Amino acid sequence: MPGPLEFFIWCACFVLEVSVVVCAIRGKVFRRYLPLNLYMAASAIGDVLRFRILFHYGFTSKEYIYFYYYSDALLTIALYLALISLFVHVFRELGAEKYVLFGACFLLAGTALFSYLVIQQSTTKLVTHFVVELSQNLYFVGLVLTYVLWGAILKLRETRAQLVQLVLSLGIYFSLFAANYAIRNLYPPVSPVAIALLQVLGCFLPGAWAYAFLRLSSHARLTPSNLAVIPR
Amino acid sequence: MIAAVILVCSLASLALFLVSYCRSLIAAAAGEKLPLEVQEVTGITSAASPEDFTRVVQLLQLCPDRPEERGQLRAIGTYYQILGFVCSTIARIAPSLQSWADRERSQCSYFAAVVLGRRIAFSRDLLAQQMLP
Repeated sequence: MPGPLEFFIWCACFVLEVSVVVCAIRGKVFRRYLPLNLYMAASAIGDVLRFRILFHYGFTSKEYIYFYYYSDALLTIALYLALISLFVHVFRELGAEKYVLFGACFLLAGTALFSYLVIQQSTTKLVTHFVVELSQNLYFVGLVLTYVLWGAILKLRETRAQLVQLVLSLGIYFSLFAANYAIRNLYPPVSPVAIALLQVLGCFLPGAWAYAFLRLSSHARLTPSNLAVIPR
Repeated sequence: MIAAVILVCSLASLALFLVSYCRSLIAAAAGEKLPLEVQEVTGITSAASPEDFTRVVQLLQLCPDRPEERGQLRAIGTYYQILGFVCSTIARIAPSLQSWADRERSQCSYFAAVVLGRRIAFSRDLLAQQMLP
């Protein structure tokens, strides 16, 4: 069973996920950022179901492990779709939504195919290996796409403060997770620490999004070129 | 090999996104005026100094915190420490970097003072709710 600290982090993460949806409704931006809010609601529901399965079957049970990895893969795909919705926000004025959606589907299918090719030698638990591999690869693809989106924001001089903060916090989140997975692959002995750290890192995104919806008005503007590491 | 490349790329992009994110938080708070009691307690009226940050954070620890602001303050704290490291190492060679880092650290102090103002208002609301019959 997880210790009191793990439970506290778990509960804090759940509260933050719910507060994202509540803050979005209060700020009247729930529909504008619908995919992001649906992702957060799905994460909160996923947390509740994980709790139930944990208490019913135990931490080391097959049921819990399978549910954990399968729900994680589904949530990663949902987060990928939420990221694509941010692309649509930025590229809407150019009328390029169709191309963005087509590209996103193509990239998702490509990532799934690549993940399958990597694990196809596994003779046992092919689907489970595929699910874990797909999650890891999607984090890196998500990171690259967020980097491209940030570049587009700078180039197109997008000034919506809320949108800018949502994208930047997503970039930090993907970077942290991609680095975590890479460290686990490079140094397998540190895996238990890295897995424990994932829980803490998971609180960052709901916290940042809740803050963006709570503190920033949907009309607030800023100059993204002032935020770039290398001033433009 | 691929894992090493992914690790390097992830850390580089993490640094880039973290700096930009911290600057976006600071930029959003820069427009807020400090309440009078915060000006009196901290001595910051219009512009903060780079050294004010530690003192304001100590004051912040005396107030009940809110989960949605904890992460942001931590991010700014990390950014402040990175800037401090830049000041004490690379900036000694490049003086223009020193003035840039000091300006950024001053804005970090101002951000912390804005959060202090919010926490004082939050504590006051909390107290008012408890006093209600």
